[in-house]
Amino acid sequence: MTAFVVRRLMQAVLVMLTVGFIAFTMFNFIGDPVNNLVGPDATAEDRERIRVSLGLDRPFYVQYVKFLANAVQGQFGTSFRLGMKVTTVLAERMPATLELVFSAALISLCIGVPLGVYTGIHRRGVLSRVFLTFSLIGISLPTFLIGILLILIFSVYLKWLPSFGRGQVVDLGWWSTGFLTQSGLRSLILPAITLGLFQTTLIMRLVRAEMLEVMRTDYIKFARARGLSRRAINFGHALKNTLVPVITITGLQIGGLIAFAIITETVFQWPGMGLLFLQAIQYADVPVMSCYLILVALMFVMINLAVDLLYYAVDPRLRADRGAVRGRQV
Amino acid sequence: MTALAAKLRSALDSDLFFSFRHSPATVAAAVTVLVFLLGAGLAPWIAPHNTYEVVTLNLSDAFLPPAWTESGKASFLLGTDDQGRDVLSTIMLGARVSLMVGFAAVLFAATLGITLGLVSGYVGGLVDAAIMRVADVMLSFPAVLIALLIDGIARGVLPRDLHSRISIYVLIAAIGLSTWVQYARTVRATTMVEKSKEYVMAARVIGLHPALIMLRHVLPNVLGPVLVIATIGLAIAVLTEATLSFLGVGVPPTQPSLGTLIRVGNNFLYSGEWWMTIFPALALVVLVLSVNLLGDWLRDALNPKLR
Repeated sequence: MTAFVVRRLMQAVLVMLTVGFIAFTMFNFIGDPVNNLVGPDATAEDRERIRVSLGLDRPFYVQYVKFLANAVQGQFGTSFRLGMKVTTVLAERMPATLELVFSAALISLCIGVPLGVYTGIHRRGVLSRVFLTFSLIGISLPTFLIGILLILIFSVYLKWLPSFGRGQVVDLGWWSTGFLTQSGLRSLILPAITLGLFQTTLIMRLVRAEMLEVMRTDYIKFARARGLSRRAINFGHALKNTLVPVITITGLQIGGLIAFAIITETVFQWPGMGLLFLQAIQYADVPVMSCYLILVALMFVMINLAVDLLYYAVDPRLRADRGAVRGRQV
Repeated sequence: MTALAAKLRSALDSDLFFSFRHSPATVAAAVTVLVFLLGAGLAPWIAPHNTYEVVTLNLSDAFLPPAWTESGKASFLLGTDDQGRDVLSTIMLGARVSLMVGFAAVLFAATLGITLGLVSGYVGGLVDAAIMRVADVMLSFPAVLIALLIDGIARGVLPRDLHSRISIYVLIAAIGLSTWVQYARTVRATTMVEKSKEYVMAARVIGLHPALIMLRHVLPNVLGPVLVIATIGLAIAVLTEATLSFLGVGVPPTQPSLGTLIRVGNNFLYSGEWWMTIFPALALVVLVLSVNLLGDWLRDALNPKLR
């Protein structure tokens, strides 16, 4: 157990160091950091002084270590585009993204698992075929198209739900939430469905495949022979044993959801981190890009680590190498 | 001539073609892909209007709905966009850009992935460990995020006018660099199996250069799975390109791809001009779905376990 945890931790640290290195390289070699700070009429001495004060005259590895030290303390400098501290900007946007991701994950679990169980048990039923066909469409449609179609139907034609923004938010300390107002909740529905649809179909197909597998096993036959009710067999015995991979995939996909929020946030003009990152790319706003990168990498690594440990705890048969789980297409 | 005919006959008799003929969905998908390839490839000659020529555009033709609606014009089958461009023609030319980027990205990713996979599997040791660690790191992030990041870095490094001129190559590189891992992993695994077989030993005994062994002897034996990955990879590349173009970091609007068309059309969705978004979107989905179906069939047909 200890060896496993240590190995995983070391891998996580390695990933973070690599990402940190990429962010650092971006920081130092894209454009001239001194130019970004001084005005056009600065003298050569001024530039030299700032160069020294930024530590740019020191060796490469010293600068890297200093960058890491700053990053750990949450110092990423100032956004070129907005002129504000990067951490402030990102902290402002974070609640919007996390609430969106949370809702999407919740939707995908609440819809995906029951549908998966149903299609797994009634494998030849008409409804199962309908669900499966729909899930195929869900997988083939790119995220941004799902968003556009939902807007077209529910905002443009039916005029039921708003098509952009977060609605009214309530400030709880530094966290601004859209969960507490009616307009906030209404604004959340379409983006959350858009973001969660792929994962819903993924979970549904996964649960179905696992259910089909489990229903063939001896202990299910034995449970039937004992005369247990269908309900007890389906949910007590079968579903329970399908949940391990579901937990894993859901966990891993949450990282993907954070990244795919970029697309959903763009379609719905949702004021989250993803939209900020996209604007940063379009303006080559390096401090925001590198800070977002490190933040997302940190979330990915922590989720991966948590899932690994959870997997280890739940299923002792599969020790070290969990095969790479295939992510979504786009 | 007879040799050619014999070859053709043996191809038509093969297992692969048999399983192809007996799967209607696959045949339909193949026909669809063929239509797309022909329509996109010959678009500059067969498209009803040349939408790249600004002179031929007439702003009074802008925002025309499809031909079968009341105010549509017969010469613009699927309607026109905000600049009076024929939607059908922009779709054909857009699919051309999308497919070109897709094929180029797949070629790039496959070349990079196969090379690294061969080296990694054949040489082993420290080289293998290094390449596979990089692959692990890349695999823990979604391809779209990596492609976005590469594009962002390119924007920062390159001067603005240079970037907009070569943005299509940046896009190809970004998609390629974010998808090579799949190829590398598969090729590495197969190479490690092939490496210990007798024919490789024999080649080594007669003193062939390792590079030559990899290229001429190992490579042909690992290409089967690569073909499957490349087919599905084409669908992924086209989708990634569309996504990036939709996000506004893809190809320049002067030569719109399907994703750019959807992005532009999206601005007019609220005012009811649905055809500018829906038709390019439909083209994209049908293309991707068909390529995916072909890839699935190929995977099953080439997999001896499923026979």
